[in-house]
Amino acid sequence: MKRDLILAVRRMSDVLTTLFFFIIVVSLFPLGIGPEVEILRMIAPGVVWVAAILASMLALGRLFEGDYRDGTLEQMLLAPQPLSVLVLGKVLAHWAVSGLPLVLMAPLLGLQFGMTAEGLGVLLVSLVLGTPAISLIGAVGAALTLGVRGGGVLVSLLVLPLYIPVLIFGAGAVEASVTGLGAEAHLSLLGAILALALCFAPWATAAALRISLD
Amino acid sequence: MAFAGINWFKYSSPATFYPLAGKMMPWFAGLAAVLTVIGLYMSFFVAPTDYKQGEAYRIMFIHVPAAWMSMFIYVVMAVYAAMGLIFNTRLSAMMASSLAPTGALFTFLALWTGALWGKPMWGTWWVWDARLTTELILLFLYIGFMSLEAAIDDPRRATRASGLLAIVGVVNVPIIYFSVEWWNTLHQGASISLDKAPSMATIMLASMLVMTLAFWMYTIAMVLYRVRCEILERERHSEWVVALMEERK
Amino acid sequence: MSEFFAMGGYGLYVWGSYGVTALVIVAEIVWVVQRRKVLLKRLARMSRLTKG
Repeated sequence: MKRDLILAVRRMSDVLTTLFFFIIVVSLFPLGIGPEVEILRMIAPGVVWVAAILASMLALGRLFEGDYRDGTLEQMLLAPQPLSVLVLGKVLAHWAVSGLPLVLMAPLLGLQFGMTAEGLGVLLVSLVLGTPAISLIGAVGAALTLGVRGGGVLVSLLVLPLYIPVLIFGAGAVEASVTGLGAEAHLSLLGAILALALCFAPWATAAALRISLD
Repeated sequence: MAFAGINWFKYSSPATFYPLAGKMMPWFAGLAAVLTVIGLYMSFFVAPTDYKQGEAYRIMFIHVPAAWMSMFIYVVMAVYAAMGLIFNTRLSAMMASSLAPTGALFTFLALWTGALWGKPMWGTWWVWDARLTTELILLFLYIGFMSLEAAIDDPRRATRASGLLAIVGVVNVPIIYFSVEWWNTLHQGASISLDKAPSMATIMLASMLVMTLAFWMYTIAMVLYRVRCEILERERHSEWVVALMEERK
Repeated sequence: MSEFFAMGGYGLYVWGSYGVTALVIVAEIVWVVQRRKVLLKRLARMSRLTKG
């Protein structure tokens, strides 16, 4: 995992590409919809969340691609540690460089949409809980499409439907707090999804990698 | 594994299953045709006009069976995929991929007929109700399954990868349904409750069940036909297929 | 008879549903039969080629 982090930091440009993609997508919405603060405030959680999902999808292709090309992945299969643990490390490292910057940038973008301080706080928490789950679920898709032609488009077809619960609870949490309903229920469900993803996704990803490298 | 004195694993060999499927296929196809005729007769001539929905409710006789089959087929597909991955049986993997197109077809039909039923009844083609949304996601899952299988050149890897995807999908469908339901209750204003199912007369229920059975038999016939193609394609270099081709000449 | 096809004013919806269902099912049947035909032709050619 340490190695992954170092490698990723070295490829700073990749990190920045994902981040700028996220920022640009979010900034396009006011231009497309109009500058009315009321409308923008209403759609802000959904826009930020959808953009975050698209941005992390963009980064998904790089999750295993490098290790697949240079043969590190095959060594991982033969390593004494269980593959799912190694996968978990890789995914967390991937999240730290592709997901975490989005989370930190999100409140700033929320300000552009005229969100309140409370809403921004909930948005931050929901992204902290939700984006790791997105990375974990996406890893299964990335492993399945490893080395497949047209893999980039294919992976979005496979994993986007599976992201729906995260999107609903993530954006829903912010919306609930803004409308005064309280975000606790949404956030705890988001936490439950993250816990489930932590349990099952590394295992499924490991199985998918075994299939892909067979 | 001897169940009632039959060795089931014997039939899981493609070479033995191929002729067996060929023999069974016409029976299921025939049953499907007979049941469809009975079902259509019951739906249009026996079942009375609904006092609330008029004649439009007759769409239900294909809508509900199609929706049931779309979910049922996905579960069966995932079970076959799991069997294929765990026991490494070639035939169950082939069954899974043979089921997918018919499942996708019923999912599409459930959505299509649902829209055509919704328009006259609720005045809208589509609502973001949990059931409708989940059905739409189910269609995406079917399409993902088939695209993944089509994109991978190595047939062994293709079936195993898509099999894993089917299992991941089947775990997710209830979660998706639940989350959309939750989301929907939050946005009550815009949605229409579809839960007020009118108490159905026995005859309506009966014709719906007959139609479901007809769709089921159709699915089995279709899958048997398709799995025979699948077997021939994948085993084309094996001795028995070569011998079979010699015989046909 | 025309009353039957009118379906109490809902004809378009009812027949739209049943019609598309029939169409899609027929299309699927044609599609798999075609697939088998093409496949058998290919296999026959293969077996001729190996026989020489």
